Amino acid sequence: MSEGLLPLKTRGLCFAVREKQIIDQIDLTISGNDITVILGPNGAGKSVLLRLLHGFLEPSAGQVKWGGRDIDEDLRKRQVLVFQRPVMMRRSVADNIRFVLSLRRFSDRQERLEKALDLAGLKAQANQPAPRLSGGEQQRLAIAQAMVLDPEVVILDEPSSNLDPGATMAIERLIEVAQNEGKKIILVTHDLGQAKRVGNEIIFMHRGRIVEQGSCDNFFTDPKTPEAGAYLDGALLV
Amino acid sequence: MQEFNTSFAIAADLIFSAKPELLEIVMLSLRVTLSAVAIACAIGFPLGGMLAVARFPGRGALILLFNTLMGLPPVVVGLLVYMMLSNAGPLGFLQLLYTPAAMIIAQAVLITPLIIALTCQVIGSLFLEYEEQFKALVVPPKTAAAALLWDARYGLMTTALAGFGRAVAEVGAVIIVGGNIAHVTRVMTTAIALETSKGELALALALGFVLLCLAMGVNACVLAVRAIGEKRAYV
Ligand SMILES: Nc1ncnc2c1ncn2[C@@H]1O[C@H](COP(=O)(O)OP(=O)(O)O)[C@@H](O)[C@H]1O
Ligand SMILES: [Mg+2]
Repeated sequence: MSEGLLPLKTRGLCFAVREKQIIDQIDLTISGNDITVILGPNGAGKSVLLRLLHGFLEPSAGQVKWGGRDIDEDLRKRQVLVFQRPVMMRRSVADNIRFVLSLRRFSDRQERLEKALDLAGLKAQANQPAPRLSGGEQQRLAIAQAMVLDPEVVILDEPSSNLDPGATMAIERLIEVAQNEGKKIILVTHDLGQAKRVGNEIIFMHRGRIVEQGSCDNFFTDPKTPEAGAYLDGALLV
Repeated sequence: MQEFNTSFAIAADLIFSAKPELLEIVMLSLRVTLSAVAIACAIGFPLGGMLAVARFPGRGALILLFNTLMGLPPVVVGLLVYMMLSNAGPLGFLQLLYTPAAMIIAQAVLITPLIIALTCQVIGSLFLEYEEQFKALVVPPKTAAAALLWDARYGLMTTALAGFGRAVAEVGAVIIVGGNIAHVTRVMTTAIALETSKGELALALALGFVLLCLAMGVNACVLAVRAIGEKRAYV
């Protein structure tokens, strides 16, 4: 493995569609081996930011650098992006994982498959059609599938936005497992409780800008900006 | 309407007595059309899949072309294949004119554009579903196309079925390149055309019923397989 992917830095990052500035001049540095939470109301531009960071979208201005390097295919293979609504291929659970495994040169595919099924808690459903899984199970499968590729960074877009508390807990446990394996986690959420439970560092976004960045404790006890304060009070309008 | 009743009786008699002549014609029809469908799918599935996934200049024009060719009149295809296979044509040395092979080629040419165009649609809509994931995982286009073809297999069966329906029902192409020679190149549709021209309307209609039953049988098989896919949410 070459040099690490971190720190992740953006300079003057912008993304505009026609007149509309969706991401507006973001300068950001993410490092450390812990969990960074990107928090913000719906429509703040969190998903678009993640896509820019992953290299899925091209910025309209500015740059994204991972460990000082521009994004290329090699870099994109070392970090994975798990979508808010994960794609379930029309195959069995195990075959979904097998497909992802077939994209890399692994010699221990069978072991990895079993590990992923175990991690997702889907051993019993291995041969069931993936599109028939519940929302929580689909999200667990998507995360386990991402982890099986041994990425250095896992980027998660609101993994539990449509899930009940039990399913949300299961996802958060999965995130902890990933972190304990030494992976950097970048997690997007609009859920304050989740940010508090899993976050080490908080990046607060509003209207395409980063309003505040700091440690989780500081953010919740002593927000520096009126927007963050309003969001914590449940009073921030989009 | 007298004709309908008589032809029902003749059709029933033809089917249940299993006359060797009829059997021969039915078997040749099936052999020619199923071979043509197999060839058209072997070409059309991968081409249609790549057309759905790849982005290159001229892609829109190609899709338009294949969609237009879907409606190609069989006689025109017959004529073109005839010109290729006749002694003066570039493939004349193969001596295929008036053989079942010529009929297979003509039907394959007839339905390949249809298979390509429909495959492109089926794969295209599944690709919309998968695109984000493929892009995020940096999946190469060939791997993507292969995965899509496999996951769309139930939908593609219907595509193959559409090709089968068009090929088994056409008469214009096979009559030109096959010649409707008894025991050699006579299939259901050419036999129907012949009996009609001889004024044997009841017999012609009876053959039509048999053709309908044949098509229904093939459709039933495909629908049964599709039902399995639907149950698993794979359609
Ligand atoms: N490809 C796009 N084209 C146009 N508008 C977009 C596009 N993607 C996102 N948007 C808009 O950008 C804004 C931010 O979206 P998003 O990043 O999904 O917000 P969220 O913070 O809820 O994830 C929204 O107003 C959305 O409608
Ligand atoms: Mg979002």
